[in-house]
Amino acid sequence: MTTSSRNRLIAIVSILVAGGALGFIAFGNLGKNLVYYWSPGEMISKGNQAYHATIRLGGVVQAGSLKWDPQRSRLNFRVADNPTAGAVSVPVISTEVPPQMFREGIGVVVEGTFDKTGVFTSNRLMVNHSNEYRPPKPGEQPREWQKTVSEAASSTARTQ
Amino acid sequence: MNSSLGCGLVLGALACAVFGAVVGIGTGLARRDSGTPWVIRAAVGFFLCMLLANLTMVWALVSHDFSVKYVAHVGSRATPLVYTVVSLWSALEGSILFWGIILGTYVLAFALTNRGQHARYLSLALGTMLGIGVFFAFLIAGPANPFSPVSPLPADGPGPNPLLQNHVLMVIHPPMLYLGYVGMTIPFGIAVAALLRGDLGEAWTATLRRWTLIPWTFLSVGIILGSWWAYAVLGWGGYWAWDPVENASFLPWLTATAFIHSTMVQERRKILKLWTLSLALATFLLTILGTFMTRSGVFNSVHSFTQSDIGPTFLVFISLLLVFSIALLSTRGQMVAAEGKLRSPLSRESAILVNNLLFVGITFTVLLGTLFPLVTEAVRGVRVSVGEPYFNRMAVPGGVAVLFLMGVGPMLPWGSANPQLVKKQLLLPTAIGIAVALACLAFGLRGFLPILTFGLAGFVGTLTLRELLLPASVRIAEHREKPWTALLRSASRARRRFGGYVVHLGMVMIFVAIAASSSFVTHTSGTLRVGQSLKVGDYGVKLVGFQTGAEPHRRWKAANVELVGRDGRAETLAPRMNFFERSTDPIGTPAVRSSLFGDVYISLLAFSDEERTATFNAWIFPMVGWIWWSIPILVLGAVIAIWPARKSKVARLGTPQSSASDRVATADADRGAA
Repeated sequence: MTTSSRNRLIAIVSILVAGGALGFIAFGNLGKNLVYYWSPGEMISKGNQAYHATIRLGGVVQAGSLKWDPQRSRLNFRVADNPTAGAVSVPVISTEVPPQMFREGIGVVVEGTFDKTGVFTSNRLMVNHSNEYRPPKPGEQPREWQKTVSEAASSTARTQ
Repeated sequence: MNSSLGCGLVLGALACAVFGAVVGIGTGLARRDSGTPWVIRAAVGFFLCMLLANLTMVWALVSHDFSVKYVAHVGSRATPLVYTVVSLWSALEGSILFWGIILGTYVLAFALTNRGQHARYLSLALGTMLGIGVFFAFLIAGPANPFSPVSPLPADGPGPNPLLQNHVLMVIHPPMLYLGYVGMTIPFGIAVAALLRGDLGEAWTATLRRWTLIPWTFLSVGIILGSWWAYAVLGWGGYWAWDPVENASFLPWLTATAFIHSTMVQERRKILKLWTLSLALATFLLTILGTFMTRSGVFNSVHSFTQSDIGPTFLVFISLLLVFSIALLSTRGQMVAAEGKLRSPLSRESAILVNNLLFVGITFTVLLGTLFPLVTEAVRGVRVSVGEPYFNRMAVPGGVAVLFLMGVGPMLPWGSANPQLVKKQLLLPTAIGIAVALACLAFGLRGFLPILTFGLAGFVGTLTLRELLLPASVRIAEHREKPWTALLRSASRARRRFGGYVVHLGMVMIFVAIAASSSFVTHTSGTLRVGQSLKVGDYGVKLVGFQTGAEPHRRWKAANVELVGRDGRAETLAPRMNFFERSTDPIGTPAVRSSLFGDVYISLLAFSDEERTATFNAWIFPMVGWIWWSIPILVLGAVIAIWPARKSKVARLGTPQSSASDRVATADADRGAA
C-alpha cells in the first residue's frame, strides 16, 4: 500500500467516523427535542406517553373556563377539542400574559407539559392567527376587526 | 385586458425558455457554438417577456384591476401605494412571477457579460439556466397563474397580509432574498455546463466563483434583513427561531459559503474539483427545496401562503434535479479529477477542508431537523416539530469551530506551514483573545459559550486585521507610501483576499452580537395601570397614557411609555397595536430603543380601555443591533472581492506568479487567495 493511498484510506475512514458520530448525536438530540402536536383528546388517549413530553396542545378555549389573575399573572382555562359544550377538554395553567385577542372560543396552541395530576402547564401561548392570504369568505364583512376588538376588550374586562 | 396580456406574456416567456434550453443544450452537447447567438436571443426574449409580465401585474395592482385573480387576492383600495406595489411579492403567485423577472435579469446579465467568451460552455450554461426558466414559466402559466380572470368582478379586495404591510423592511427584505435565491441558478448552470462538457477550465472556474459570490451577498443581506424584520415586527422578542422558513434561507447560504472557500483550494491546489461542483449543485437544489418548503404550505409560518397545488409540481422538479445532479456527478466526475494532492495537515487548504466539513455538517443537521417533521407526518402520521434546543445544540458548537477556523485559516500558508513560524504568529492573537475573555470575566460576565465566543472574536479579529493590514504596512516601510495609499494599493492588488477579510470582520461582529444578545438577555412582563411602572434590568418602564391614530389601511392604539434609565433620563416610547381592515387579529409594533450597547424592546401585548391598563413584554438585548449593522461591512467586503479585475490581470490569472519580482507581490501571492 503506497503512502498516498494509505492516507486516502485514513481520510475516508475518519470522515466516515466523523459523519457517523454526527448522525448519531443529531438523531439522539432530535429524539430529545421533539415537540408533539396533539389535541386534548389525542393527548389523553396517549396515556403515560404524554407525561413530561413537550407538547403543543391545539384546540379552542372552552366557553366559561377563562380565569385571569393579574396579581400573580396566572391564567387558567380549559382547552377543548372543539367548541361544542361536551367536548373533551384539559385544564391549562399558563404563566404567560394573554395576548390582546385571547378570548373564549378562540383557537389556541399552548406549549408545555402534561403531568399525572391532569393539568397542562404552559409557558408559551399562541393564538391561531387567521391572517392567511385568502379572498373573503361568503358572509365575511370588512371591518370585522372592530367587532373583534370590542369583544376582546369586553372579554379582558370580564376576566379581571 | 391585463389578464389576457399577462397570460400571453408568460406564454411568450415559456416559449423563449423552451427554445433557448433546447437549442442551448442541443448544440452545446453536439459541441457546436453556432447556436450561441440564438440562445442569447432567447435569453433576451425571456427577460423582456418576464419584465413586461411583471409590469403588467404592477399596473393591474396599482390600477386596482380586480378582474385579475392575483389583484382580487391581495389588492385593496385602502392599501398605500408603496405596499400595493410591494404586494407583487406578498403572496404565492406574485412571488413566483417576481421570481421570473429576477431569473430573467440574471440570465440576461450573465449572457451579456460573457458574450463572446467561454464558447465551449456558454450554450450549455445558458441552456441549463433557461431550462430552469422553463419550469418557472410553466408554474406561472399553469398551477400558479396570477393572471387568471375573475368573475364576478369584486368591488374591493382584502389587501396583503397585514404582517407584510407593517414595516418598510418588507419592501427590501424579499427582493434581497430573491436575488440571493434565484441567483444560485447561475452557478448551477455554470457547474452543469462544466460537467456536461466534462472539464473545468480556470477561466470558467473564475466565472463560477464570481457568479456565486453575487447571489451569496444578496442572500446574506436578505437573511439578516429577514431576522431584523422578525425582530422589529413580530414582537416576540427575538430575531431567529429556527423556523423552517428561516432554515430554508440558511441552508443554501451554508453550502454557498462552503463553496466560496473550497473554490480557492480548487484554484490553488487543483484538488476538490468535484467537491466544489457538488457544492454548487447542492446550493441550487437547496434553494429549490427551500422554495418548496415555503411556498407549498407544508409548513405553517408567516411565509406559508394558503394551501396551494404547486407542491406536487415542485416535488417532481426537485426529484428530477436530484436524479440529474447525481447522475451528472457520478458519470462525469472522473473527468474533473484532481491534479494535485493535499501535502500537509497544517496548511490553508487543510483548514478550508475542515471548514467545508463543518459547513456541510451544519447543513446536514439543520436539514435533518427541518425535514424530520415532514417525514414523520408522511410515514407515521404523527405531527411533531423539532424544538429550538436541537438546532442550538447542534449548530452552536459548529459555529464556534467555524469562528476559530476563520482566524487560523487565513494565517496558514498554502502548501505546508513551518510550525515554528505558526507558533510565533499565533502568540499575539492568542494573548489578545485570552485578555478579552479575562476582561469579560472581570466585568462580571459568566457562561462558557459566550466568554469563549468573545475570546475567539478577539483572537480572530486580531489575526484578520493583521492579515488585512500587513501588506499595507510592508508598502509603507519599503515604498514610503502614505498609509491611505498603501492600504488602497494593497487592497487593489489582492482584491479577493482583502474583500474576504473585510467580510470576515463583519462575521466576527455577527458572532459577538449573537452571543451577547442571546446569553445576556433580560426579560420582564407585567400589567400596568396608568402611572404604574415595572423594572427591566436597569430601566424603569412607566405607563403614561394611551393614544390612537388612523391611517388609510389601518387604525392603531399605542401605549405611551416612559423609559427611565439608570442616569435618570427619561424617554418616551410608544409600542402599539395595529388593526387592519379585513383582518380579525391585531398586529403589534414593538417599540425599540437602540444603542451601541444594546436595545430596550417593549411590546404591547394587551390593553383594556375600561381599566386603563396595558400589558407589556419588555426585554433588554445587549449588542443585538450589531447583527444588522454588519450589513454595510459585509457588502463592502463582497463588492471589493467581486469588483472585476483589469483585463491585464485577467490575462495573468492563468499563469503562475513565480516571476514576480516585487516583494509585496510575492508576499501577496504567498499569503493570499489572490
